[in-house]
Amino acid sequence: MNVTLRVWRQKNAETEGRFEEYEAKDLNPNMSFLEMMDVVNEDLTDKGEEPIAFAHDCREGICGTCSCMIDGKPHGPEHGVATCQTYMRSFNDGDKITVEPFRAKAFPIVKDLVSDRAAFDEIMQAGGFVSIRTGAAPDANSIPVPKEAADLAMDAAACIGCGACVAACKNASAMLFVSAKAGQLNTLPQGQPEKDKRVLNMVATMDEAGFGNCTNQYECSAACPKLISEEFIAKFNRDFTAASVRSWFAAKAL
Amino acid sequence: MNIFHTLFKTSIGKKIVMAVTGFILIGFIVGHLVGNLQIFSHPDKINEYAHFLQSLGPALWLVRAFLLLTVVLHIGVAIALVLENKAARPQGYAGQKTLKASYASRTMRYSGVIVLAFIIYHILHFTVRITHGSEAYPQTLLHGEVVADVHSMMVLGFQKPLVSVFYLISVGLLSWHISHGLASMFQSLGLRSRAWSSALQKLSVVFAVVYFLGNAAIVVAPLSGMVKVQNPALLTSAGQPCSTDCQVCETRVAKN
Ligand code: HEM
Ligand code: FES
Repeated sequence: MNVTLRVWRQKNAETEGRFEEYEAKDLNPNMSFLEMMDVVNEDLTDKGEEPIAFAHDCREGICGTCSCMIDGKPHGPEHGVATCQTYMRSFNDGDKITVEPFRAKAFPIVKDLVSDRAAFDEIMQAGGFVSIRTGAAPDANSIPVPKEAADLAMDAAACIGCGACVAACKNASAMLFVSAKAGQLNTLPQGQPEKDKRVLNMVATMDEAGFGNCTNQYECSAACPKLISEEFIAKFNRDFTAASVRSWFAAKAL
Repeated sequence: MNIFHTLFKTSIGKKIVMAVTGFILIGFIVGHLVGNLQIFSHPDKINEYAHFLQSLGPALWLVRAFLLLTVVLHIGVAIALVLENKAARPQGYAGQKTLKASYASRTMRYSGVIVLAFIIYHILHFTVRITHGSEAYPQTLLHGEVVADVHSMMVLGFQKPLVSVFYLISVGLLSWHISHGLASMFQSLGLRSRAWSSALQKLSVVFAVVYFLGNAAIVVAPLSGMVKVQNPALLTSAGQPCSTDCQVCETRVAKN
């Protein structure tokens, strides 16, 4: 099959970008989208042109490195699938496919289709962890975890941190990512001691990074390759409200 | 952290302000609708109700001040949210698909602005009473006291097609606004869960439709002639009989 690519090319964060068109010919429909990009890049390299920069790593849908807004939807036309797991058979022969980077103020473009998602790392550093003593592994079941809590935490933990939620959101809000990361720990007993601090710090860091505000339209969960539910956002709103109210009345440190 | 920082400086805090003020405004508009549905009853009913509200004096001003503060917060925070959300994506996409967001949810700012324009007109029309000449604001006798004839004022107001159409459009947009707003409010406050999210969305739409129909009935009834002016003084001055068995005035017609 043959397709025409309309790709965003941008040298670096300082320069202006623009769309360029490329023909991708004689493709195998069972190639992944990224393999198709590899073929296009080989052609470009042969011709002595600059290959298209795009982010990728595991290519098996678990690392969250691949991105791309493909025809106006993060990760392309399929539902609950990352770009690396999207195959050319999802497109039609002769299609013109528009490929853009994830766009948000908090995700500045590094080059072409690569945007810098380090803001997510900062949010994780602000509260996406539990502080525990290292040492020998604890005895199994020394901390009882209710089945429902474990299931819910696993659902949240499916988030691969790719940023599709931010890319899809009309307001470039990071609420689905942040709520999944906080929700995963907030549902587990291990996450309780730092729950309030986690929620308040993660929100502060998220706001500082310049993400937008959630307007409850759920474009995020519809675009999520792991289908994280917006229910985590509701839970996060609840946790934030409780943490804030407690913080208003908290005793001052000595 | 203090409460002002939480509510006005954090992203989620602002959403809480939107939800709580939205909730108060929805509570108000429901009460307002129920009060106004008394137009279908004897004129004395709604006139008495209006007179009671007017007689509250300082308490009425307290309620008004509270509602004004609510509206100012709702709009002020809405403006802040819209500006921040614009700034969060300085360069837009060449073409972005909408995956699931409802049309109502994407037009909240526009429906809101038109509703605001309507609220201002509506207050000038029926509360300050300056949009029309004095003949649009009659008085009547209630238990021997001269009071504003709110019933006739409403009927006369909605007999004007242009005014009626503006009211219908505005109330339609307000219903549109709350068809998203009501469900959204629950999410913002963390009270929406997977188990009832779909029921919640449908209930919000049903609520908005019922709210619209209630208001539309009030507007359409005078326009279509179903509810008429019943103020005796107005009727006689218009050369109409006020009742079929009147023995006093000259415009009396026989019952047939
Ligand atoms: C009686 C009048 C009004 C009622 C009952 C009402 C109700 C609501 C409710 C319940 C919400 C949802 C809050 C949430 O998402 O948690 C909302 C959102 C909103 N309202 Fe209103 N509203 C009214 C008037 C207005 C006006 C006059 C404006 C603007 C000038 C406005 C602008 C907005 C905007 C922009 C949102 C979306 C906020 C967001 O999702 O981030 N509203 N409204
Ligand atoms: S490359 Fe790892 S998820 Fe796509």
